[in-house]
Amino acid sequence: MIMWMIYILLFSSFLCLYRIALGPTAPDRAVSIDILGTLIIGFCALAALTFKRDFYLNIAISWALLSYIGSIALAKFLENRSFDE
Amino acid sequence: MFWHTLGYIIIVIGVLFDLLGCIGLVRLPDVYNRLQAATKCVTLGTAFLLFGVFLIFGFSSTGIKSLLCAIFVLIASPTGAHALARGSHKGGVKLWDGSVIDLYAEDTLSDKNKGD
Amino acid sequence: MKYIGEFIFLLVLWVLLTWSLEPAQLIVGAVVSIIIIGLVGDVFLMQPQRAFNPRRVFWFIVYIPFLLWYILLANLDVAYRVIHPNLPIRPGIVKIKTTLKTPMAKTFLANSITLTPGTLTVDIIDDVLYVHWIFIKGKDMEDWTKAIIGRFEPILRRIFE
Repeated sequence: MIMWMIYILLFSSFLCLYRIALGPTAPDRAVSIDILGTLIIGFCALAALTFKRDFYLNIAISWALLSYIGSIALAKFLENRSFDE
Repeated sequence: MFWHTLGYIIIVIGVLFDLLGCIGLVRLPDVYNRLQAATKCVTLGTAFLLFGVFLIFGFSSTGIKSLLCAIFVLIASPTGAHALARGSHKGGVKLWDGSVIDLYAEDTLSDKNKGD
Repeated sequence: MKYIGEFIFLLVLWVLLTWSLEPAQLIVGAVVSIIIIGLVGDVFLMQPQRAFNPRRVFWFIVYIPFLLWYILLANLDVAYRVIHPNLPIRPGIVKIKTTLKTPMAKTFLANSITLTPGTLTVDIIDDVLYVHWIFIKGKDMEDWTKAIIGRFEPILRRIFE
């Protein structure tokens, strides 16, 4: 059953990648990257559940912190930029 | 055994919310609507997933870590969404054509004119 | 007083993350907490004498399940809009006025707005919040204020003011 849940999360990640590849503006891509980070936290939780090891959750916590800082930095960058597209 | 079953049910609900959030990311028309779907569905989906892992492992090292991670995701994700929405609005991304009203653009633009 | 509160908070977090009460772990945790407080201790907005007031703690505990219920409703709402074939959305940015004063209360209000049905805070300027709403109902600022934050403001005022 866990395998099926991992497949569903993989499919969701492909939808995110579709948006990253085709997103018309830069903020669309930033949002998708943020969401992909959140999905990876989900993958880590499922890995911890499958292998009954707790260090996957260390990865999940640090990934959450880094993805938060990353999206704040991207937002700051987008603020001072004009779009000609 | 009861907590195990409940945990698996919550994990399945969380994964389905993740999937719906990503479908929203593809289907909705502009950045702001995508942020709506993304922050709500994917944040709650992942928090549910982590909470399900907490229910399965109980009060052990793994369980407590996943609970802390869920709390952090619930606090951090909306803050990141505010920052991204504000950044893209100031960066000049227009709302979707079907939008009804945009008071933020009116107010910030009038402020800029006063400043000049 | 402020630094002692921060120290206890960080040490409890350390113990929860390592999940052991060995003396070696505790000493390392204490040293790391002191270093962190020395570096960024001034940034926290913590006022311990207010955080431990039992009435505020009680209302905070009431607030959490209330918020979780609305988060669940929000998800079902957005999920319905996403799978509906016609995409029933009517988006736009509206502004609402809050009567809360402290920055902490405003932060909690903004995060609550983002997590509840169809709304997303874009910016806060003084006491006006700009909110992106996926399906606008009502006509003027009073309608919007009542519909979006009518249910959170009373409880948040009891917690933070």
